[in-house]
Amino acid sequence: MPNPSVFKRFVEVGRVILIQSGPYEGKIATIVEIIDHNRAVIDGPTTGVPRQGIPYRHIVLTPLVIKKLPRGARSGVVKKYFEKDEISSKWAASSWAQKLEIKKKRQSLNDFDRFNIQILKKNRRDRVRRELAKAKTTA
Amino acid sequence: MGLQEYVIVGRHLPTEHDPNPKLYRMRIFAKNQVIAKSRYWYFLKQLNKVKPSSGEIVSVNVIHEKRPLRPKNFGIWLRYDSRSGTHNMYKEFRELTRADAVASLYQDMAARHRARFRSIHILRVVEIEKTDDVRRSYIKQLLEPRLRFPLPHRVSKVKSTFVGKRPLTF
Repeated sequence: MPNPSVFKRFVEVGRVILIQSGPYEGKIATIVEIIDHNRAVIDGPTTGVPRQGIPYRHIVLTPLVIKKLPRGARSGVVKKYFEKDEISSKWAASSWAQKLEIKKKRQSLNDFDRFNIQILKKNRRDRVRRELAKAKTTA
Repeated sequence: MGLQEYVIVGRHLPTEHDPNPKLYRMRIFAKNQVIAKSRYWYFLKQLNKVKPSSGEIVSVNVIHEKRPLRPKNFGIWLRYDSRSGTHNMYKEFRELTRADAVASLYQDMAARHRARFRSIHILRVVEIEKTDDVRRSYIKQLLEPRLRFPLPHRVSKVKSTFVGKRPLTF
């Protein structure tokens, strides 16, 4: 591209995306080929997303890109590049993925779990308060 | 819209005059088999002196796309009746399957010309193999090597009616 853009994330071959709706919600995949202004073909051989055409309104672009992924690469090649660039581990390490993970965990809790968290949080607050008081008296 | 491509073979019923009538094959894009057969008779009536009561359908088969996961460019020739006359047209579409291309053609014709399904005849659907053969600029712009573009102004759907924060659209 000739002039530098103010945008940071682009729809491009190799762009890693997060699926936001449908049966593969919450999984990542990569853009393999652009169909048009509204859709792209995505594939996630290691993340359990079968190759499919998907509208952009069902996905979000992530900052991750698989560099030099050939256009229209088949699943085997995509898998190789996915593993070479360590996309899955990079994604898992990102704060975005971790937040999603926490959100998922919180949603799966039942009433008793939430009660336990309340107790644990109380304990933590109490300990912090005690330590602070101790530090204040010594200083 | 969910169209499918059917290949339909039919003929006039055998008569004393013609014991071995000629078979006619047609590729029809339709929502279902019933509509496909109906369209077959509609077109065959225009070409030959046959009608459903004097003819028979020999076979109806669905044609499935060979590679439904590879984007292809399709050129479609069509003929449509507008409110004031009949026009021929050529349009290009970039889709995964032939049937999808025809489905988006019907959508496009409905949007731009308010043309209904009944007033459109699909004359020819061809996959454009070489990018040099693509004629329309709206398809050409998608064939640029190393194509990339941003998605500006993304409006995310909020489940609740009232939210504390204004949405971020960038």
